Amino acid sequence: MESKTTSGGKAPLISAKSEPSVSVNPSPFRVLLQKEISDQIRSWRFIILISLIVLICLGSLYASLGSFAKSVKPTEAEGAFFFLRLFTLSNGRLPSFVLLIGFLSPLLGIGLGFDSINSEFNGGTLSRLLSQPIHRDSILNAKFLAPLIVVSVMFFSLGLLVMGSGLIALGIPPTAEEFMRIILFIFISIIYVAFWLNLSIFLSVKFRQAATAALMGIAIWLFFTVFYPMIINLVTQLFEPSRYAPVPYIIAFQKIKFLLMQLVPGRLFNEATTTLLMPGVRSLGPLTFWQLQGTIPSPLPLGQSILLVWPQLTGLIAVTIVCFVLSYVSFMRREVRSR
Amino acid sequence: MTVEEKIIELKNLTKSYDQFTAVDHLNLSVSKGEIFGLLGPNGAGKSTTILMMLGLSEPTSGSISICGYDPRRNPIEVKRKVGYLPENVGFYNDRTGLENILLTAQLNGYSYGEAVEKSIETLQKAGLTDDIDQKIKTYSRGMRQRLGLADVLIKDPEVIILDEPTLGVDPNGVQEFLDSIVELSRKNGITVLLSSHDLHEVQKVCDRVGLIVGGKLIAQGNLNELSQQLFHTAAYQIIAEIIWPGDNDPVERMKAIFKDIRGVINIEKEKNNTYLFDCETEMSSDIARLVVTSGGNLVSLTQKKYGLDEIYYRYFEGGLNHGK
Repeated sequence: MESKTTSGGKAPLISAKSEPSVSVNPSPFRVLLQKEISDQIRSWRFIILISLIVLICLGSLYASLGSFAKSVKPTEAEGAFFFLRLFTLSNGRLPSFVLLIGFLSPLLGIGLGFDSINSEFNGGTLSRLLSQPIHRDSILNAKFLAPLIVVSVMFFSLGLLVMGSGLIALGIPPTAEEFMRIILFIFISIIYVAFWLNLSIFLSVKFRQAATAALMGIAIWLFFTVFYPMIINLVTQLFEPSRYAPVPYIIAFQKIKFLLMQLVPGRLFNEATTTLLMPGVRSLGPLTFWQLQGTIPSPLPLGQSILLVWPQLTGLIAVTIVCFVLSYVSFMRREVRSR
Repeated sequence: MTVEEKIIELKNLTKSYDQFTAVDHLNLSVSKGEIFGLLGPNGAGKSTTILMMLGLSEPTSGSISICGYDPRRNPIEVKRKVGYLPENVGFYNDRTGLENILLTAQLNGYSYGEAVEKSIETLQKAGLTDDIDQKIKTYSRGMRQRLGLADVLIKDPEVIILDEPTLGVDPNGVQEFLDSIVELSRKNGITVLLSSHDLHEVQKVCDRVGLIVGGKLIAQGNLNELSQQLFHTAAYQIIAEIIWPGDNDPVERMKAIFKDIRGVINIEKEKNNTYLFDCETEMSSDIARLVVTSGGNLVSLTQKKYGLDEIYYRYFEGGLNHGK
């Protein structure tokens, strides 16, 4: 390879780099990842989604700061996690930060992934990419990882910005535990976005038209947030035991109902985040009266909170992986014609 | 050519979808440095065959070897050696020509610095120097095609596979494009597989042609071999205009005359006084002599030759049914 004749305009850094010719060659996956990330950042869609999220953060921050004074009672103990309320408080008009993130993450995930494969397909670039010496899965991996990296950077910086502005506005520094809880919350939000991202990538592999994939993603999201709980309530009402039914029967019924509700990814996310951000939450399922006997009404330590949401966390990661595997399987076996 | 190195070798390649067989026991081999034309009507299975060669589609049965590699087991190695230009090649519209080619270069293992250098060089060769920093959306069809060629050449391929590369390009552009391919192949010893439905395009550039209809390779070879293979039942047909004085059934009479002559398979009446002789070998002089000695007036005698036009008519415009 002619690496000696460096063209005039190039910085010396590059010519120095290209000297050992073989060793510095980037892996195809990294090249693809770079391309995907720059595609994401340049796109209008990303700018729109980002500004939406930033606006929402500002709004919810404003709302929680406004009602902060009212929520703090003089009787409260010292370690009452004031700082976390920045994320969970609402003023009644605007929902809290956590709720908004839970609401927008699906939109973000679907918005970033719904045309990832089918747009390449329709543009005829997929067959060109695939005829390069790269593994087929590296395209899919890059398509998944690039938006995820972008979203992670965005979420972390947003979370930290909210923390910072809260710090200025409140004058109370967060404790180490509060900090850890917030970081975990951001981490779970990213996993939640990853789930929707994978789902929409799967849809983009399945459906040739980007619009169909996007609509399908939104339909699934609406189904899970609006209709699924309604249907479950309707169905379970039919089997609701009377108040005088034996206790084990009632418990079993409640447990089944809880389990069915748990199938919604959004629910998993909400449970996981509220538990982490409200240390007072001690159980997510039905609790009997005697289970509460003798408990000390104090917040849970971080370890216990994590233990409590461990199933939710695993569930979220599991559905994310399931979606990824689905898109993987259908993409790897797909015959790729040019357009 | 002494020992011909087979670069592309397909054996009994078959691809069937649910009910439909797109490629049916296809056997094909292309030697090094050759320009091979895959000629066939739309839907004949050309693209499917090419996709299987690149490992972009899974064959139902049969074997493929490209540069000694099996694209099913070693797709990466195959793709390293093969440059593929699909019909309607797609580029990222919001990126510049350079950026698009740069990506290909980097995916082929060049470091950023090398890739930039190599891309600029290749784009210059493709005649796109002025448009390097233009976005693809501003490119014309012909420019896209040249960019596609640059995209193929940047990996220094041993084999180039072109699938209907000149679709929708103006005649001038087609000529230039084909010329550059021939030049490349001759200069660098690159093997070229060109798929097309355009007979004249193939005729112009290809050393050898494979005719593929209904998923089957009907014939392969250079043009002469092709017509021989295709019309082997009557490799030679002779049309003679003969006037037989005072005869009401000249065909029977001629059949009687030629009964003992080996080589004449059949005699048919074409028009008034014009007869068609199906022969195994070239025997126009024999026919002339016999006709004259038996008292016929030979007006004219022509040998019917099968050109590619005839082939084209018979297999393409006549539709797929004729090919079966």
